[in-house]
Amino acid sequence: MISEKLLNGALIAGLLLVVLHAHLTDAPFTITLATKVAILAVAGVGLNIALGLGGLVSLGHAAFFGIGGYAMGILASHAQSYVPLMQSPVLIEGTKSMPVIWLVALLASALAALLIGALSLRTSGVYFIMITLAFAQMFYYFAISWPAYGGEDGLSIYVRNGFPGLNTLDPIQYFLVCFGVLVLALLVSFRLRTSPFGLALNAARQSTARVQAIGQNPFRLRLTAFVISGAITGLAGALFADLNRFVSPTMFSWQTSGEIMVFVILGGVGRVMGPLAGAALFILLEHLLGGVSDYWHIYLGALLLGVVLFARGGLVGVLTEGRSGDD
Amino acid sequence: MTLLLFLEQVLNGLQSGVMLFLTAAGLTLVFGVMGLINLAHGSLYMIGAFAAAAIAAATGSFTLAIIAALTAAAAAGALVEMVVIRRLYTRDHLDQVLATFALILIFSEATRWVFGSFPLYLDIPDALSGSVRLPGGIEYPRYRLALIAVGLTLAAGLFFLISRTRLGIQIRAGESDREMIAALGVNISKLYTLVFALGAALAGFAGALVGAIQSVQVGMGEPVLILAFVVIVIGGIGSIKGALVGAVLVGLTDTLGGVLLPEALRLFMAPSDAAAVGSALASMLIYLLMAVVLIWRPHGLYGMRA
Amino acid sequence: MNFKSIGAALALAALCTSAGADGHGGKVKVGMITTLSGGGAGLGIDVRDGFMLAVKQANTDALEVVIEDDQRKPEIAVQLADKMIQSEKVDVLTGIIWSNLAMAVVPAATAQGKFYLSPNAGPSALAGKGCHPNYFNVAWQNDNLHEAAGAYAKSEGFKNSFILAPNYPAGQDALTGYKRQYGGALAGEVFTQLGQTDYAAEIAQIRASGADSVFFFLPGGMGISFLKQYADSGVEIPVIGPAFSFDQGILQAVGDAALGVKNTSQWNKDIDNPTNAAFVESFQAEYGRLPSLYASQGFDTANLLLSAMAKADVKDADAFRAALKAAEFDSTRGDFAFGDNHHPIQDIYVREVIQEGDVFTNKIIGTALSAHSDVYAADCNM
Repeated sequence: MISEKLLNGALIAGLLLVVLHAHLTDAPFTITLATKVAILAVAGVGLNIALGLGGLVSLGHAAFFGIGGYAMGILASHAQSYVPLMQSPVLIEGTKSMPVIWLVALLASALAALLIGALSLRTSGVYFIMITLAFAQMFYYFAISWPAYGGEDGLSIYVRNGFPGLNTLDPIQYFLVCFGVLVLALLVSFRLRTSPFGLALNAARQSTARVQAIGQNPFRLRLTAFVISGAITGLAGALFADLNRFVSPTMFSWQTSGEIMVFVILGGVGRVMGPLAGAALFILLEHLLGGVSDYWHIYLGALLLGVVLFARGGLVGVLTEGRSGDD
Repeated sequence: MTLLLFLEQVLNGLQSGVMLFLTAAGLTLVFGVMGLINLAHGSLYMIGAFAAAAIAAATGSFTLAIIAALTAAAAAGALVEMVVIRRLYTRDHLDQVLATFALILIFSEATRWVFGSFPLYLDIPDALSGSVRLPGGIEYPRYRLALIAVGLTLAAGLFFLISRTRLGIQIRAGESDREMIAALGVNISKLYTLVFALGAALAGFAGALVGAIQSVQVGMGEPVLILAFVVIVIGGIGSIKGALVGAVLVGLTDTLGGVLLPEALRLFMAPSDAAAVGSALASMLIYLLMAVVLIWRPHGLYGMRA
Repeated sequence: MNFKSIGAALALAALCTSAGADGHGGKVKVGMITTLSGGGAGLGIDVRDGFMLAVKQANTDALEVVIEDDQRKPEIAVQLADKMIQSEKVDVLTGIIWSNLAMAVVPAATAQGKFYLSPNAGPSALAGKGCHPNYFNVAWQNDNLHEAAGAYAKSEGFKNSFILAPNYPAGQDALTGYKRQYGGALAGEVFTQLGQTDYAAEIAQIRASGADSVFFFLPGGMGISFLKQYADSGVEIPVIGPAFSFDQGILQAVGDAALGVKNTSQWNKDIDNPTNAAFVESFQAEYGRLPSLYASQGFDTANLLLSAMAKADVKDADAFRAALKAAEFDSTRGDFAFGDNHHPIQDIYVREVIQEGDVFTNKIIGTALSAHSDVYAADCNM
């Protein structure tokens, strides 16, 4: 039985130690995996704001993840080919600068979240799950069949985008960039939770009527949370595309939505560090089980099932409460 | 496009809508009665198709294959309900989503493990092969006509079941007040297993029927599942009537959109470009339909307020 | 069955034997990234099995193979490539089935000085401006089989084709490839949705179009669905397609509906040469099923690699590259050579689907294109 604070510290320290060890022993692929964990954790942190704080079960966060990815892909591919993105009425050029790309990714995915949220939040419960899934699917099919940016082939970027003062091609430096973003996202998520907005949102999750009674508009609260959530996941998408130097419609697929949700639930819904714990566990499992059998998805599925049925509260919940009782 | 061709496409849209209904009906029942979201419903569709293909290969009988599909899907449904789903009724939707997502992984890879990585063969029965000439001169495949007939008959049967039978009364009671029917002495866990198995059997039946003209392969259920979601959002959760109307709307929109949009674009584009752009836009149509319905009626055409 | 353990066993064998490697090449470590789970796993499994059969027959301790599953996800493929290059320190990469995965992996791998031997995908971008000295395609350029179908349609005197393919880059390339050699009028040109399973609407359009021939490119389950529905629709217009929808793996699922259909392929099990006969026989003996197109491509890829290893050390990149380019191995296809853009120059045949006992398979009925290269070669500056 350990306190959640201690566990959070241990998780962060653990990730850093793994990377440090990999750096010293010259194991760049381990650093790549750790970077992937950090990025997917950012995506999970984004979803966790909608899911844990707002109680909004979105099965369509792949839409934002993909939009962030394509923001990076489209801007960088234009910079790569020296073809402006748009010539009239104003000249817009591509860019290979990470901060600019991040900004665009944040804005574009926030805008998409605003539109999808405004429509989907008219409903709740099971409707909401299905509608968010369907909208993400719409982006997926569009990305596959729209020929301008590679369709199903996706877009390859030959050199990773730049961050002022860093060599992002060096695995450890890119890891630190992503780790920095993760820490920022965690801080945002943590502050949000204790802010008046977060408290009102939490109250809206438990009782819509109570929030209305004190003069707050629950729809607006939820929409704001959904937009923040989508924007953070979109940022993760841009980072993920930069990690692979590649973006494709699979980032939009419903499996991606499912996996982001799995990180959050594996780690523990609503726990600040849940997404990091979940992403780390998922990547570790994928890495280990993939070597056991061609049919490793069976084991993964069985494990997930076990977590849902018998380990409520996810990894963080189990470790902090010291019991794995089934209620 | 001639009127005749247009009518034939309407028939095609109707046929795909009716098959979609069979999958959506089971989903919407399970939602309505148990309040459960089941992502693995597509896997039951797949199980039906594989069971039918396996039995058809062994016996050569389409009738036996259909019976096998119904039995296998219903049995798988009942088993899953008793082992896993039952524990999820009291949980929130999030746990249900994750658990049934896990079930998809297990079902898909287990099917691949048992049946291999290549698609299986399932053909339509000889009695229903070939095409017939409809009044007006449309040449239409006999099997597709049969699918429309079977689908509509089943829809009528379901309406009867829900509105006229004892089971239907229990189902309706379960939808409106779960504690009450338990208090009235209905064995609720048996009822739930039964409803889940019924939904599974419908999905498996659809999988087998459609499998005969499509490809029986792992992963065939998920695209259908997502379409079924769209259908239910449009029709309204828990409503069989909504599922039927929604399914036919989706089938017609999908079929006619795919045909008409490229035609329309050809008026002001090169044929190749019109085909590509039209097809890209057509792929988004049903989601736009869903968005429009949602703005108009947030709880679907026939849904009750959640 | 876990093929990683075979890789490990080979590695162990390589460590235990102090004797030098065969020929005068050193040891070579190959990273195979292919699709072994989920939908589409059948193709990856065939490539792997064909490749490993050749490796087994070579019985050498100089070759170590590491195999990983990309799950048909490009992001995973990119990460596996990173892993193989960074951690496993492989010399050669191979195995990718899908063009979109190849586009994600190949440019980065060759830019890092690794060799890439493609056993299946051949996107046009890698054949033209994006060609690379270290990239060798052992299968075909993506357009090839479609061009052959166009050439065959032309030679048969078809003048009004209805053509259809899914709306994604490979589908668009397929229709372009067909039109390039066909040259006649089009009764219709339709893009379907990727993954579409119902073709009633398209078949109605075909029936109404007055076409004299139908060309389709619908790989995997899409092709199965189309052929079954087409056969049942009673439309009698002859159909032509590339081999992908008529492969050994999926023909059994199409059944009667495919009988008599003409399709184009660079390989078939009845190509008459000793290598091919031995390959077909030993593949059946090893795995208990008939080899597919993909298996033959995997087998040829491994033999190409082995032939280069016998002549040069992989550490001497220039010599190794020259040895690969020479392509001095016995291909299951008979004559095989690389063009200047490192894509095959080969014959492409017309096959017809037949039934042998219970099994549906193909037989060659003619040659569509002889010693055919690809149109992108002109754009390649190598």
